Amino acid sequence: MAAPKKAAASTPQDKTDGGSPPEFTREQELKAFRDMLLIRRFEEKAGQLYGMGAIGGFCHLYIGQEAVVVGMQMALKQGDQVITGYRDHGHMLATGMDANGVMAELTGRRGGYSKGKGGSMHMFSKEKHFYGGHGIVGAQVSLGTGLAFANHYRGNDNISVTYFGDGAANQGQVYESFNMAELWKLPVIYVIENNRYAMGTSVSRASAQQDFSKRGVSFNIPGKQIDGMDVRAVKAAGEEAAAWCRAGKGPFILEMQTYRYRGHSMSDPAKYRTREEVEKVRHDQDPIEQVRNRLLAAKVSEQDLKAIDAEVRDVVNAAADFAQHDPEPDAAELWTDVYR
Amino acid sequence: MPIQVLMPALSPTMEKGNLAKWLKKEGETIKSGDVIAEIETDKATMEVEATDEGTLGKILIPEGTADVAVNTPIATILADGESAADLAKAPAPAKQEKAAESAPPAAAKPEMPQSKAPTGVPQQAVAEPDPEVPAGTEMVTQTIREALRDAMAEEMRRDADVFVMGEEVAEYQGAYKVTQGLLQEFGAKRVIDTPITEHGFAGVGVGAAMAGLKPIVEFMTFNFAMQAIDQIINSAAKTLYMSGGQMGCSIVFRGPNGAAARVAAQHSQDYSAWYSHVPGLKVVAPYSAADAKGLLKAAIRDPNPVIFLENEVLYGHTGEVPKLDDFIIPIGKARIVRSGSHVTIISWSNGMTYALKAADELAKDGIEAEVIDLRTLRPMDTETIINSVKKTGRAVTVEEGWAQSGVGSEIAARIMENAFDYLDAPVTRVSGKDVPMPYAANLEKLALPSAAEVVEAAKAVCYR
Repeated sequence: MAAPKKAAASTPQDKTDGGSPPEFTREQELKAFRDMLLIRRFEEKAGQLYGMGAIGGFCHLYIGQEAVVVGMQMALKQGDQVITGYRDHGHMLATGMDANGVMAELTGRRGGYSKGKGGSMHMFSKEKHFYGGHGIVGAQVSLGTGLAFANHYRGNDNISVTYFGDGAANQGQVYESFNMAELWKLPVIYVIENNRYAMGTSVSRASAQQDFSKRGVSFNIPGKQIDGMDVRAVKAAGEEAAAWCRAGKGPFILEMQTYRYRGHSMSDPAKYRTREEVEKVRHDQDPIEQVRNRLLAAKVSEQDLKAIDAEVRDVVNAAADFAQHDPEPDAAELWTDVYR
Repeated sequence: MPIQVLMPALSPTMEKGNLAKWLKKEGETIKSGDVIAEIETDKATMEVEATDEGTLGKILIPEGTADVAVNTPIATILADGESAADLAKAPAPAKQEKAAESAPPAAAKPEMPQSKAPTGVPQQAVAEPDPEVPAGTEMVTQTIREALRDAMAEEMRRDADVFVMGEEVAEYQGAYKVTQGLLQEFGAKRVIDTPITEHGFAGVGVGAAMAGLKPIVEFMTFNFAMQAIDQIINSAAKTLYMSGGQMGCSIVFRGPNGAAARVAAQHSQDYSAWYSHVPGLKVVAPYSAADAKGLLKAAIRDPNPVIFLENEVLYGHTGEVPKLDDFIIPIGKARIVRSGSHVTIISWSNGMTYALKAADELAKDGIEAEVIDLRTLRPMDTETIINSVKKTGRAVTVEEGWAQSGVGSEIAARIMENAFDYLDAPVTRVSGKDVPMPYAANLEKLALPSAAEVVEAAKAVCYR
């Protein structure tokens, strides 16, 4: 089987565990492949629709980071809450939210998850326990800690998975939240998606401590650096962290070392990194290619994988079609949902 | 010459307190730093330390005396070589001020229960009966502090999802003693001391509310809530809309707002206008004890985020609170607290203090002011204001906040939009002065609105 190529010193890798992560079963590999591919194709389509002017405002694509949400979701159980920042389409699809509803929100239509009133950065699903979709960098960290507080208060067995990036990791309220989470032993996994650039500022230019797994040290919160391009490593780390949280031991930090292939948003000058750097990660570490190679090595046919791709493309095309033909919200919606 | 020991103040807003206990007897030797007495208010207790050395000459105020005015001489200390005979040389104790007259020294009561309000605290007189209270309802006299506490306790008994969090709300019993006794009744799970971390715990509260709990988040004062205003506005107020109605947030942010006394610019700001600007929030600012209770209960039950602006100066004021099992004042309804036909005075929270005093003064000059207590700033009860202005043709707004973009400006605009043809004079705003709050007592007084300014404004709009 084709192991991921050895990463350069500055590229994502698991620095804590060494060795290969536990193998997936064939079913797990196929599920991870399909779920990651859905996000990839969805985001490609969103980028295309943005270029056509069908999607407005900000649109932050998740391409390259798919293994993080898909691996984490495989480690969760029913009722666990998920919350993240503005780069949120992948998280929504991973929690099982409907592609039509997400895409229609991107186009600002009435069938969108927020009836067209939230847009790319603000979508929610009570049913799927997805709590947004937040546009203020770092705000979701306190909110996610509050979700964990509610689990703790109710004495249930659920955990909150709170995602944020290497940029948000420098916000003050992150550390206020860390302190309370450890103080009160709240069941929250802080997943720091380190994609190496906060907008256009590289981690080395913004962070005094570049090992984000150590950001909880002064609060006694354990942390691990994980190869966020390997869905198996992500799932294994997620399970370990979830078990820690469910055992009442408090929060856990997972630094997912990952990479975004596209710009920060759709209008990104891409002057802060070289094309070669992007190409290298794509070629050496692509999370979907890793799974594809393993599946092929395990004698899954190219044809079977193509069939999965075709099925995913159908879902995405249907979503794009729905999102472009669904009507805009009724004008009366301007005044609804301010209060309840 | 013998030295006088004066009644100290525990806080900038304390005007009088109880002399709970003498720990030294007349004739005992005293060293600097010795604790000689204990004093208390409904908010706190404090030990009085000697700052001079000598012998405790005479106890001027016996223990158990209630409502001793700050700066009243409570004892004399004799220096070395002085004797009791020298006491005559001490300046005559200043006459105990008015407060003491209304409350003569009581029989020794070594331990005043803390929740019992001193009898001499300002009592709010309300002229018009509240239409929300059925006639014949039994009333109890309570401080606003107690009314707020009871509102929280009743709602916590009723709904296990209600909890209170904030700095010093539990073991310390509340920085201003508003949460007194809640920890004892509801335990540490539901009465939660937070670290000093406003931004963080406001966000934690909002997250818990999104998950369906009903947090009461106490800010020690709203000045500190500026650290948390992003979570209040961007997360609490907007999420229902941004989620297309899916994800609401039933949460109360409460605490003292506005000027206290002598705490200067960073601790003396009125946020009424700030929060009332924001769709998605409800903003409540009660003046009376009954409203404080009824509105806080309504706020806790409200499915939306509610900003509940209290006032430190008013905490110790007493008023009549209906003795009802479930006394709720609906959010969004103003109240006419004094009827009149010549001019409408509109205020809320501590602004009502100036408004009502001014109305008394104006009555002496034959001007009958109609005084409206807004109680809720958002949604604003425009109808009550407009109906009154249609009757009087004149309006004065009173607020402690700054005039520019203030609540008074909003009221003036609504009157102009809805009752322009009824106006006999321009609407006039009485407000805090357009400066940061100064510390010096005289300047502070000048910076705040006053009853005299309200009288002047009312006369001006009446062309008197």
